Amino acid sequence: MFSHLNQQQLILGRFTLEAIPYHEPILVVTFLGVAVAGGALLAAVTYYGWWTYLWKEWFTSVDHKKIGIMYVVLAIVMLLRGFSDALLMRSQQAVAFGSDNGYLPPHHYDQIFTAHGVIMIFFMAMPFVTGLMNYVVPLQIGARDVAFPFLNNFSFWMTVAGAMLVMMSLFVGEFARTTWLNYPPLSEASFSPGVGVDYYIWSLQIAGIGTTLSGINLIATIVKMRAPGMSLMKMPIFCWTSLCTNVLIVSAFPILTAVLALLTLDRYVGTNFFTNDLGGNPMMYFNLIWIWGHPEVYILILPAFGIFSEVTATYCGKKLFGYTSMVYATVAITILSYIVWLHHFFTMGSGASVNSFFGITTMIISIPTGAKIFNWLFTMYRGRIRFEVPMLWTVGFMVTFVIGGMTGVLLAVPPADFVLHNSLFLVAHFHNVIIGGVFFGLMAGTTYWFPKAFGFKLDPFWGKMSFWFWTIGFYFAFMPLYVLGLLGVTRRQNHFDDRSLQIWFLLAAFGAVLILIGIASFLVQIYVSVRNREALRDLTGDPWDGRTLEWSTASPPPEYNFAFTPIVHDLDAWSDMKARGYTRPLEGFRPIHMPKNTGAGAILAGLAFAFGVGMIWYVWWLAALSFIAILVTAIGHTFNYNRDFTIPAEEVVHAEDSRTRLLVGPA
Amino acid sequence: MSDLVRLVAGGTHWHGGSRSVAHGSVAHVWRLMPCGSDGKAALTARTRRIVHALALGGAALLLGGCESVMNPAGDVALRERNLILASTGLMLLIIVPVIAATLIFAWRYRASNTAAVYDPEWHHSTQLEVLIWTAPLLIIVALGALTWISTHVLDPFHSVTRIGDKQPVAPGTKPLVIDVVALDWKWLFVYPDQGIATVNDLSLPLNRPVDFHITSATVMNSFFIPALAGQIYAMAGMETKLSVVANRTGDFNGLSSHYSGTGFSHMNFGTHSLSPEGFDKWVASVKAKGTNLDDASYKQLEKPSEGVAPIYYSGVRDRLYHDILNMCSTPGKMCASEMMMIDAHGGGGKNSEENYKRLLDDSSGVREGDEAPGATFPASGRPPNTIDAQPQGAKPREVAPKVNSAGGVPGSSPSGNMPGMGDHDLKGPGMSGHDANGHMDGQPAPPKPGDEPAPSQLNEH
Repeated sequence: MFSHLNQQQLILGRFTLEAIPYHEPILVVTFLGVAVAGGALLAAVTYYGWWTYLWKEWFTSVDHKKIGIMYVVLAIVMLLRGFSDALLMRSQQAVAFGSDNGYLPPHHYDQIFTAHGVIMIFFMAMPFVTGLMNYVVPLQIGARDVAFPFLNNFSFWMTVAGAMLVMMSLFVGEFARTTWLNYPPLSEASFSPGVGVDYYIWSLQIAGIGTTLSGINLIATIVKMRAPGMSLMKMPIFCWTSLCTNVLIVSAFPILTAVLALLTLDRYVGTNFFTNDLGGNPMMYFNLIWIWGHPEVYILILPAFGIFSEVTATYCGKKLFGYTSMVYATVAITILSYIVWLHHFFTMGSGASVNSFFGITTMIISIPTGAKIFNWLFTMYRGRIRFEVPMLWTVGFMVTFVIGGMTGVLLAVPPADFVLHNSLFLVAHFHNVIIGGVFFGLMAGTTYWFPKAFGFKLDPFWGKMSFWFWTIGFYFAFMPLYVLGLLGVTRRQNHFDDRSLQIWFLLAAFGAVLILIGIASFLVQIYVSVRNREALRDLTGDPWDGRTLEWSTASPPPEYNFAFTPIVHDLDAWSDMKARGYTRPLEGFRPIHMPKNTGAGAILAGLAFAFGVGMIWYVWWLAALSFIAILVTAIGHTFNYNRDFTIPAEEVVHAEDSRTRLLVGPA
Repeated sequence: MSDLVRLVAGGTHWHGGSRSVAHGSVAHVWRLMPCGSDGKAALTARTRRIVHALALGGAALLLGGCESVMNPAGDVALRERNLILASTGLMLLIIVPVIAATLIFAWRYRASNTAAVYDPEWHHSTQLEVLIWTAPLLIIVALGALTWISTHVLDPFHSVTRIGDKQPVAPGTKPLVIDVVALDWKWLFVYPDQGIATVNDLSLPLNRPVDFHITSATVMNSFFIPALAGQIYAMAGMETKLSVVANRTGDFNGLSSHYSGTGFSHMNFGTHSLSPEGFDKWVASVKAKGTNLDDASYKQLEKPSEGVAPIYYSGVRDRLYHDILNMCSTPGKMCASEMMMIDAHGGGGKNSEENYKRLLDDSSGVREGDEAPGATFPASGRPPNTIDAQPQGAKPREVAPKVNSAGGVPGSSPSGNMPGMGDHDLKGPGMSGHDANGHMDGQPAPPKPGDEPAPSQLNEH
């Protein structure tokens, strides 16, 4: 059979020039846009000579704060891509009725909805959540960095490598057309040959390594590195939700890795785990992917719950109501999230008892969730609420999220799910909880902690614009989908016969435009805030009268976070310190031991990217070489003993003195 | 939403379908704009209903179109609809106060309202804690009970025991059995007792229980007639069941609600609820005019096609559904049931080597040159993201473009070739234009519009 080998295949695998969609106007224009903008960015970086700065200060940084910021930047970039997909879908569904087939043929449309889901969950929400946890958790527990600083850098770059593979599929070859969970048998080699599903598999596998490692890292950080006196029950609530989230990550992501590995074996070496024939069982894939997938939902929402808790307590000027029950509710959700997965496929034909069991466990989750809502409600009660932008997002969340919670419990009733499953009602439900819950939380958190990260607040006017357009846009975009679901309209269709439905799709498209304005307002907000940064400057480090330790240090915090590790006596440690008349130490500074930057993470992730490309395009030499290179680099890195350095006491004195001058004021 | 509250507060209308479809006051709220045959209902009654419904306002108006989830035409769907209303009502008991309290507290305790009490240290109240855990708990206990009962009562695998409220199925009534097969991208309905089959046309008699036996000859789909009952997945090599009864005559939409590849959006079928006499007449007419569904015509039917107009078969080859279910509809294939029997007796030992090829399922047609339902570059044989090549997926073999053989499917080929080694066993008739090296020699020819068989042609055997 080797006689069939030819040079081109040997060198390029299944890549040919045909793989570049230069014939396709939409993609060419997109590509030109990306190329021009990207080229301009690269040119600017080169012109100003920022490469060294970026490489030394950011790309190789092991500082959790910089890594956190880079995660959030990645998430915002991917948000723009994922939202473009959403706009394409909404406009296609708004016009494709009767004889009009719209402008997107199935081949293209199917990739778009697949990419939208994959990007929004894996490369928007996940990096955003991880970024905020990375930035905030060490500061809240009074630590100087995470437990494994290099691992943190490596995790970030692996996530970037996965995101780059997804982006690459836009311009080289095609992405999967198999929905965001890539269900077999459709995703099997016989039904989905080509590079699409392989792009899916390798981008998630590579990014998944990063996610799992970052989970391990944050668990170790929270468990081992809390400031003296901070017992678990004196830990800020955001740290609690982060801890639970990372426990979920570490226990759930390996299942995703395993199930994708089985699918990879089916596709690459001809095993029959999930095929129709030869004893394969696609139902097993459904079970496994949802045993990961349902906890994943809570991986996203728990940190958002934590953010809302911090924000509510701060802007109500009040202790969080029912801290203890909040913690127990979080832990209860964490455990329960593992015994509900089957509610994603009641319609697969499990017996009535199995279906009711999973339906009822699902409903039980709404009890601790409901308790949380009440806790925020009673935190507002007898508070003094300052409606800064993060608080607006929080109130918007409380009103919106309970609607999504209600439709979720409705979908947990199996006979109701039989008529609503896979419908646009379901689509409306999960956007209701993911936008109204997770995304609102991320926006609240971003606005809340931005002054900590950059030393100036975000412009409130554009923040409010963003909030109102997002909220109103959300209702316009998704309430019609609830109605359509109740009319029996299913998801993922790119054409409809019944013209009477069109009005609802037009409304939804209008909502998407409002959300577009909301996103634009957010970007304008960042631009305006950077331009007006002097006016928005916060010198105190505590612009919101915060309650937790991150507000006790400078904004932006020095590399070492805290010159002296704080000692904690009570919940809401910083509030407690302020109440007891804490004064900032001005002398006695000592040298600080810190981890050193390293390029190994970025290099390993670059090699992983090359490995992914090799596997996707069957360029076996590239896959083999990059795999060997990964091993060599990783082992080589273990021999790098030059991993730490000491910040001399004089530098600490210098940094702390300049802060003292700022706090005293220009006078 | 207000009418939902009323329904629950009223306490009688929604409960377990205590009113029949035609006369229930709930039902007519949802039937403001009757469709099809119902449009000719008595005008005065309709006017009265409209006035009544307008008074109720809101969601009912918006949802009162044709038969659908909220306006069902069968007892099963009706009970599922009522369950939605009941559960929603139960949950609104807690959701409405929470939303109201959120807005009220947000307004009352705003910073500028210095008249409001400010108590920064207040953060615990045992009574409130008990309340906020038990209130949702009580709702969930009620909803959980409702779930347990309704899930068992409405288990789609059990034949319906009633055709409407207080109308049990008469003893001795034999349900009509219909075997359903999801194909790329149309539905085959086999009526075993009548000896007929149809494609994309499901006709059933009024007020008679119908038991569907459902499988797939391709990827997963979901069999869904919103007006009659909830959906159930159609999966290859497996059989699911659904039992329904239609209480109104009329034409309803049926669809696949689980994404299945290129032609998914056009995988609809008409569902016609006919009077018993009308149904018999319909069966007779199919028997009179249709052709025979034998191995050859099934082979043809199995090929991917979309937006297929109804096809009628006056006869069906023996055990066709059984063989599709066991993935052995192609002559010479070994049925899964046969292999299971061998396995149950301890396995076939070395002879299994022979069985392997006979067990490979080629029903998707992929190995014969049709484009696979989820194919992407380079295996799709078209440049990536082409917009103008229509129709997609339903590409007949004769014009299937050449595929870069390096893009072949490892693992799926009977010869078990290793990836990247030039999978020439994949060559189907449609790929005969390959040069020896499997090069992509230039642009694949775009399918000419006239080359595809029109859906109706499929019926002319």
